[in-house]
Amino acid sequence: MKYGILVNEGPYQHQASDTAYQFAKAVLDKGHELYRVFFYHDGVNNGTRFAVPPQDDRKIAELWSQMAEAHGTDLVVCIAAAQRRGLLDEGEAKRQGKDGNNIAPGFRISGLGQLIEAGIQCDRLVVFGD
Amino acid sequence: MSEPWEEEGPGTVKKFMYVNRKAPYGTIYALESLEVVLIAAAFEQDVSMAFLDDGVYQLKKGQDTKGIGQKNFSPTYRALEGYDVEKLYVEAESLAERGLSEDDLLVPVEVMSREALAELMNEQEVILSF
Repeated sequence: MKYGILVNEGPYQHQASDTAYQFAKAVLDKGHELYRVFFYHDGVNNGTRFAVPPQDDRKIAELWSQMAEAHGTDLVVCIAAAQRRGLLDEGEAKRQGKDGNNIAPGFRISGLGQLIEAGIQCDRLVVFGD
Repeated sequence: MSEPWEEEGPGTVKKFMYVNRKAPYGTIYALESLEVVLIAAAFEQDVSMAFLDDGVYQLKKGQDTKGIGQKNFSPTYRALEGYDVEKLYVEAESLAERGLSEDDLLVPVEVMSREALAELMNEQEVILSF
């Protein structure tokens, strides 16, 4: 089956992104197609490479990045939600006149249309959040 | 060889329901959910919105946000009609539990029982809950 995932909560604050990650992993392990993971609301904070969790804790952004590296998973961060919360890639930083960017490898910033398109294309769109 | 999903071209119309369960202020869910609905309108899907739990407060008439320093975005719900988002469902039990009635709401809606709304949700192909 073809799956899409929506992550609506930030990492660490809420378990939703952990659960979404485990679900995504299970989707891939079972041989299904993972069409896209879309990050919205505080979920965009999953995509910062500047987070430094304690050494004995899981590194959520890195786990997502590794998934993208290994499986080519499309990790999309909503641009409007990202702008509000200070998540930038190189292009956005330049456009907004900011002095740096913090997006983690494997993530890309794009519009909400990517979420709707995932809803149209996927057999299942699974939402993780409150 | 064509895969089943390849038949779902740009012309695919799915039943999308946006489920709004949170109060309009206090968290950003309601505002950002509305942003999704407005963007999604461009995709010309079969869209409906459901309001339940504290989500019914999103449609309350006479919202005044001066005291909390936030934008009152409730007039946007009146603009939904212009985006062809005309199916707004409000759960009767959630209204009653909060001492509200249909007259308290700022847009025309269809009030329906929890049971009927559950059936309607069952008929959807994509449910985005915020």
